[in-house]
Amino acid sequence: MATTDSPESPQKLYAAREPVFPRRVRGKFRALKWWIMALTLGVYYLTPWIRWDRGPNLPDQAVLVDLAGRRFFFFWIEIWPHEFYFIAGLLIMAGLGLFLFTSALGRVWCGYACPQTVWTDLFILTERWIEGDRNARVRLWNAKWNLRKWRLRLSKWAVWLLIGAATGGAWVFYFTDAPQLLGDLFTGNAHPVAYTTIAIMTFTTFFFGGVAREQICIYACPWPRIQAAMMDEDTVVVAYRDWRGEPRGRGKQREGLGDCIDCNACVNVCPMGIDIRDGQQLECITCALCIDACDEMMDKVGKPRGLIDYIALKDEVHERAGGHKRSLIKHVLRPRVLLYTFLWAAIGVALTVMLFVRPVIDLTVRPVRNPTFVTLSDGSVRNTYEVGVRNKHGESRPFYFTLGIDSPFMVNVEGTVETMLSVPADTEGKTRLYVTAPAGTDMARDDRTEIRIWVIDGVTGDRTFHDTVFNGRGQ
Amino acid sequence: MSDKKQDVGTTGHEWDGIKEFNNPLPRWWVWTFYATIVWGIGYTIAYPAWPLINGATRGVLGYSTRTEVASEIDRFAEMNAGIKAELAAMDVTEIAANEAVSNYAIQSGRATFATYCSQCHGAGADGVAEGNGYPNLLDDDWLWGGDIEAITYTVTHGIRNGTDDDARFSEMPAFGDDYLSDEEITNVVAYVRSLSGMESMGNVEEGAVVFADNCTACHGENAQGDREQGAPNLADAIWLYGGDEQSVEHSVRVGPKGAMPNWNARLDEAQIKAVAAYVHQLGGGE
Ligand code: SF4
Ligand code: SF4
Repeated sequence: MATTDSPESPQKLYAAREPVFPRRVRGKFRALKWWIMALTLGVYYLTPWIRWDRGPNLPDQAVLVDLAGRRFFFFWIEIWPHEFYFIAGLLIMAGLGLFLFTSALGRVWCGYACPQTVWTDLFILTERWIEGDRNARVRLWNAKWNLRKWRLRLSKWAVWLLIGAATGGAWVFYFTDAPQLLGDLFTGNAHPVAYTTIAIMTFTTFFFGGVAREQICIYACPWPRIQAAMMDEDTVVVAYRDWRGEPRGRGKQREGLGDCIDCNACVNVCPMGIDIRDGQQLECITCALCIDACDEMMDKVGKPRGLIDYIALKDEVHERAGGHKRSLIKHVLRPRVLLYTFLWAAIGVALTVMLFVRPVIDLTVRPVRNPTFVTLSDGSVRNTYEVGVRNKHGESRPFYFTLGIDSPFMVNVEGTVETMLSVPADTEGKTRLYVTAPAGTDMARDDRTEIRIWVIDGVTGDRTFHDTVFNGRGQ
Repeated sequence: MSDKKQDVGTTGHEWDGIKEFNNPLPRWWVWTFYATIVWGIGYTIAYPAWPLINGATRGVLGYSTRTEVASEIDRFAEMNAGIKAELAAMDVTEIAANEAVSNYAIQSGRATFATYCSQCHGAGADGVAEGNGYPNLLDDDWLWGGDIEAITYTVTHGIRNGTDDDARFSEMPAFGDDYLSDEEITNVVAYVRSLSGMESMGNVEEGAVVFADNCTACHGENAQGDREQGAPNLADAIWLYGGDEQSVEHSVRVGPKGAMPNWNARLDEAQIKAVAAYVHQLGGGE
């Protein structure tokens, strides 16, 4: 921009999108991406259909987010709301994992596993099936809206919509019994929320994967802005060896020219629409398709591969000075990566340990403070506690309360003379528990006495306790 | 937004060499701004908005939070109408056996209790303060009976209120008014307290004689009380008007008589049954 007060033309506030028509490419990274796509999509679409016997009262679904019952089922693991720290821990691990991978290998997440990338890839694949490869698509883009263009466009949109609907459909299956819901969806009996969710997911998948594509990565996603903080000169990214390729040029006469034949293959395959030869760019998701494209060219012209390659900033200095390519391990093994790995693993280990040591029975005890105690006619003093026992078994269980074998206190469950509470399968049994100190005992007299309330599973004998206080008359 | 070439000039503002262009606002922004103004005017016409001297404009849609609350209350009342009718028609002794009705009774009884009963019996139903004559409803001591029928009757007709002919009624004389001498009072206090293992000045044996002559008619031979007359058990650990020497003496002298309103005048049958069910399950119910 000129420094004059009245510029020739005021800058546009927004740049119009340059349409991107990625060309098809073959190669090892492309193959890897196909495998990852098959794996991630497979996991996403199929997981809700894995069955797992959960007893009579729950859907036999291996992975189930039961929002109504506020439970999360993952194979043999059952997470109740008070154990939400497991989910929080997993989210932190996911975040740290992203840090770890980014500091080691740059935006590999973006390039290979991010849903935006995977679905966009799938959408480009269908686009290519229907409309042809890059050149055909460019021609179609510029063509007039005749019958053929309408036919191709409409069939493409239809397939995209189907993919979008399948995506939204798979999502809702995670929240309820999948086979049941599938039937309900087709007979029109499913909950309106299910239809709304599918509609929203269909639209967003269609829009993000079909229309917005790289603009999501460039404008909407915060990660490209943050990731720079995770990267340093040892981070492996996709880069162009300009010391080897430049000066680029076409033609047979290669005297004084670098290895780059300026064929633009790397630009044509890039789903982000950039030219990696301009240097490292915010838009680059390190998907390596340009590497595959360039390697193919190098093979054709009989030059060594790796003009575009996964390398680190440090390598430039090193290689310019005539050094060999450094091994990946050398780049990856550095304090920063090790620290992220350590933190990540530590949380993982902690969560696993907690998973195994978490109490089999959960007991909550809340003393009733209004009033703190009640004097009974025989002079004994009674305290009331609101107790909750979680029965995580698939069958109804008796639970027994006690204050210990030789405790002078008497315990009974509200409305009974029993110490037993029967809790139905997979629910939290709540009741009020009365603890009575006989007249004349210290506890009846004293201000406060520490007590320990035990609960024992009547079937397995598992037990746990909760410490609380008993309020006496205080005189 | 526009890519017309134009000479916009600057606003004349300058900070550290940075000048501000006098670019027009983007069209979409301006139109959104106008739209919000139109929306705002429409809103204040449609909904209550402008303060007047007494109140505010009503809004042409007639919306008001009060009617909304009232309709919500009506909606819930309607939802519960069936179970409430069931409760009203049911015999109180059968409530506990019917889970749905008993849940409804206890929850709505809790609300009714908080509204009408907690002023005397305390929010926790343990009486306003121990020994002040407002019975604790959590313990196992009952003046007029603690099964659900007795509780229902007490709630319905109240105690010594003079407004319901069926109210529970009894009266303890003020023994200080020339019935007993000071010494006799001191002795009978000593006797009564000794029944609960407490000591006080005065002669217990002579007190026992005074008690037998004057008090057994209501409180019974062994001072265990009489529910027919609402006479408290004097041999247990619970004291309606306090168990220390002064309090017991005061009770003997003035013969305190608590009153309770008859709720049949203010609560409907279902509410009374609900409150009885709530009180009955608090821990003392028989
Ligand atoms: S420049 Fe290469 S690695 Fe980066 S996004 Fe484009 S094709 Fe992928
Ligand atoms: S694909 Fe390789 S040779 Fe072709 S333009 Fe890109 S860098 Fe140069």
